[in-house]
Amino acid sequence: MEEVIDNSAANYKELLKHYLESQDEQALYGVEKVSKSFIKNEILPEEIINLHIQAMGEINPNLKADYKHSMNFLLEAMIFYGLAMQEIPLLKEEKHVLKSEISVAASMQKTLLGTTKPTIEGLDIGIISVPAHQMNGDYHHFIKGKDGSLGIAIADVVGKGIPAALCMSMIKYAMDSYPEESMSPKSILKNLNRVVERNVDPSMFITMCYAHYKPKESKLYLSSAGHEPGYYYHAQSDTFEEIETKGLVLGVSPDTEYAQYELPINKNDMIILLTDGVTECRDGDRFIDSREVLDIIKQYADLPAQQMVEGVYKHFEKLQDFQLRDDFTLLVLRKDV
Amino acid sequence: MEPQSCVNINKEWDIVGARQLGREMAKKLGFGTVDQARIATAVSELARNIYLYADKGQICFEVIDKRERQGLCMTAVDTGPGISDISKVMEDGYTTSGGLGAGLPGVKRLMDEFDIVSEIEKGTRIKTVKWIR
Repeated sequence: MEEVIDNSAANYKELLKHYLESQDEQALYGVEKVSKSFIKNEILPEEIINLHIQAMGEINPNLKADYKHSMNFLLEAMIFYGLAMQEIPLLKEEKHVLKSEISVAASMQKTLLGTTKPTIEGLDIGIISVPAHQMNGDYHHFIKGKDGSLGIAIADVVGKGIPAALCMSMIKYAMDSYPEESMSPKSILKNLNRVVERNVDPSMFITMCYAHYKPKESKLYLSSAGHEPGYYYHAQSDTFEEIETKGLVLGVSPDTEYAQYELPINKNDMIILLTDGVTECRDGDRFIDSREVLDIIKQYADLPAQQMVEGVYKHFEKLQDFQLRDDFTLLVLRKDV
Repeated sequence: MEPQSCVNINKEWDIVGARQLGREMAKKLGFGTVDQARIATAVSELARNIYLYADKGQICFEVIDKRERQGLCMTAVDTGPGISDISKVMEDGYTTSGGLGAGLPGVKRLMDEFDIVSEIEKGTRIKTVKWIR
């Protein structure tokens, strides 16, 4: 390090001398390069001031005492900057460690919460779930019943990042412990509500929608715990209808009962379930309204369900300049036959 | 120059006195301007810790004159509450976060050698050395 200072010292002095004589831009360009080499070699600010003091002393031996004192004063003022600068490599390293730990956690979360999209005859399913940051606070899960029925859970923890993701693991394991096929959406939510109420900090709550599709009856049974309302697309009239549901978010009160809704599904009808990361997309400073979401969904409605949700996602990703503000989950079911 | 001189730290003004003595000794010993400023800053931090966290204490300066090298040794001794978790106060990265100051990691960085011994309810003793380059 001292070698670098010595090498640069001569250079600095020459440049300074040149500048004092001419005040020209070339000398300033020269000192810019010297400055870069200082940074590269982690030369501290107080050392640079000292270099300047010495160079000036050699160039002009008749400097005023006031000027000299003022430079020493400046040097003194730089000591703490030097200390702060020396912390930078450490902070960079810490950031790197945290980043890699989070990425391990994120991949673990993917494994823990992984679900595969099932194949159900006569039903076209599309699903996309993209976290805003590395960890996903949205959750969805498919359960294929022996009778050919399909259970779908979609949930959103209020909050983002690691706490939300940890919370989701709990929901998943609670659900795994239920004998799914025997249970209706309303009783699943009732049970989960109790788990969440007992185990989660009161400041955190979870919204969830559970749907159960029975192909033999061509009916969808659905309950919601304060979740973002889904939409029902009537193919015959080519209209969307909000699925109106009532139900308290999970974890608020231990004895909450949930209403269960029944929807007949006809050919080419669609059920759209989502999280608020979709409906609260922003265009600049403006929140989009649900009408716009439906318009976009309609634009892509001719495509197979998976291509459809991906198309919608890409649209909103672009609208938000590729910076998601919230986790984004969109699920579409379409009855083919 | 006395081989050892001490400054008692009871009030904030004493910090200035300690800085001054440290700087004068450093200057006489032949430390450069930058190192003089670093030594004074280290004295400041040590004295401020005594002033803020201990009832009373002192900082002593001692010239080390060995055949191969010369240096300045500073010892800060207080009869304060002691430090229960030394690794925590030695944790780095607080200057940039805008805390109280550079603290002990800063002192360690400003000086060449650093040693700390602390006993709960009894006090803390920090010994640091700066060698002439």
